[in-house]
Amino acid sequence: MTVQDTPTLRDIAALQQARPAESAKPAARPARRLPVQKDWPVWALVLAQAGILVAAIAGWELGARTGLVDAFFWSQPSAIFHTLTIFFTTGDAWTDIGFTFRSTIFGFLLGTTLGSLFGLSFWWSRNYAAVVQPYIICFESIPKLALAPLIILVFGIGLSSKVAIAMALTIVVSTLTAYAGVKALDPDGEKLFYSLGATRMQVFRKLVVPFCLPWIISVLRVNIGLALTGAIVGEFIASQHGLGRAILYAGQTYDIALVWVAVLVLSTLAVVMYATVSWLESMLRKGVRQ
Amino acid sequence: MSLTVAKLHAENVSMTFPTPSGGFAALAPITLSIPQGRFVSLIGPSGCGKSTIFNIIAGLLEPTSGRVLIDGVDATGTIGRVGYMLQKDLLLPWRTVLDNVVLGMEIQSVPLRAARERALPLLHRYGLSGFEYLYPSSLSGGMRQRAALLRTLLFDTDVILLDEPFGALDAQTKLQMQEWLMQLWSDFGKTVLFVTHDVEEAIYLSDEVHVMGTRPGRIIASIPVHLPRPRRRTSALAPEFLTIKERCLELLDVNLAPSAPVNAAA
Repeated sequence: MTVQDTPTLRDIAALQQARPAESAKPAARPARRLPVQKDWPVWALVLAQAGILVAAIAGWELGARTGLVDAFFWSQPSAIFHTLTIFFTTGDAWTDIGFTFRSTIFGFLLGTTLGSLFGLSFWWSRNYAAVVQPYIICFESIPKLALAPLIILVFGIGLSSKVAIAMALTIVVSTLTAYAGVKALDPDGEKLFYSLGATRMQVFRKLVVPFCLPWIISVLRVNIGLALTGAIVGEFIASQHGLGRAILYAGQTYDIALVWVAVLVLSTLAVVMYATVSWLESMLRKGVRQ
Repeated sequence: MSLTVAKLHAENVSMTFPTPSGGFAALAPITLSIPQGRFVSLIGPSGCGKSTIFNIIAGLLEPTSGRVLIDGVDATGTIGRVGYMLQKDLLLPWRTVLDNVVLGMEIQSVPLRAARERALPLLHRYGLSGFEYLYPSSLSGGMRQRAALLRTLLFDTDVILLDEPFGALDAQTKLQMQEWLMQLWSDFGKTVLFVTHDVEEAIYLSDEVHVMGTRPGRIIASIPVHLPRPRRRTSALAPEFLTIKERCLELLDVNLAPSAPVNAAA
């Protein structure tokens, strides 16, 4: 094809010559319709999802019974269900759940609050922010979990060490995000406040904090996941209670069914906390308009 | 100029910003005097230091030299002495219109309830009824400017500075807002210093128009406007209006090439 905006008569003639005689007339383009995907009704979607789950569990059970799956390493659904009932009736289920839940929540609250306050504090002085910033970036790049054994030594094997690890994971994220909010502040907004004769404290309370709230809220969901990770790792290293400890103990004693039970309970706990925080986040978002 | 002390008096105010190659003179020494209750405009090309003057008068910028006097008292570098409306409306998105409007009073420690009680009738009188409890995001550009202007007025200073308040509005809304501002000005009797790029707007609204030039920013002409008030839209067709407009446009045009300061005449 020649590079031209409009085909000249000669081009068209050349094209027509190049074609076989019978298709000298331009062939009609095939009428094609826009591909449309039909949405399944909700019940069909749910049925498909449930079907996959049931099939997987049934296949697993069947495989274990026929010897296709090694039940010693993989356990089997019936044994897991049996262990689950024992875990909740005569076992330490509620103690472990409570322990992991508490360390996660305390670590989450402390890390998020302190981190956000720390990030907001940078508004007060550019010099202070400039001095402290390299340290924060350093601390951010350290894999905090590598410090976990040290934290356990310092804080002991009780709840406080798990809270400390969860806090270490969450505090930096909150600090950096709140600081990002501070940096995004419109200088004209500050100008307006000062032109009205505001004190620095008034600017901070009435402008900086409400402006940065959406930033602070946006990390809540990330932080709840990080806090749970921190709590579990703490329990892996040294603990007397908690779902992390239950998983570690079960693994070491080859009680694979108990490993699955603890993982299942832990996942449920994670989902519940995540959903709660997501809900909280959307509520807060409605409260603070941006 | 009257014999009494001017409401706002800027005396030989200049501003030089330090740059690697010496200093950049944003503002040559400027003297500006505004009597009580006058409406005065500054027009000029971009970069003529209009915003710099405003920042200095509002106390947000320390001038390199000169003083700012309000009621004859030195107010250089002190904040909260004049109402200042920036180009952007800067309404806080997390506050309702009412709570945005009372911001100035709130900062001056007026109890919130008293502040709201004072603001509500004004919102009603000046075209914001029905919007009091809405958030700024649901307001049109003109309404937002009204709210921002009321916030500036309710701050309760005698002098208010308006930095291109209608610059971003469409032509129709702009005309409405000018009428609205005139109404407000005659009701409140404030001393207004107004910055605009729009020559016609400046003449229509003002008692005096200062034309500014660039490099360095300075006042090249001060033209009093003697058109009777209240003015009508048709005032823009009056011979005097057209004479002033022509002169302003000439000054702004000449001003593209560097020229010596011209003395006021009219």
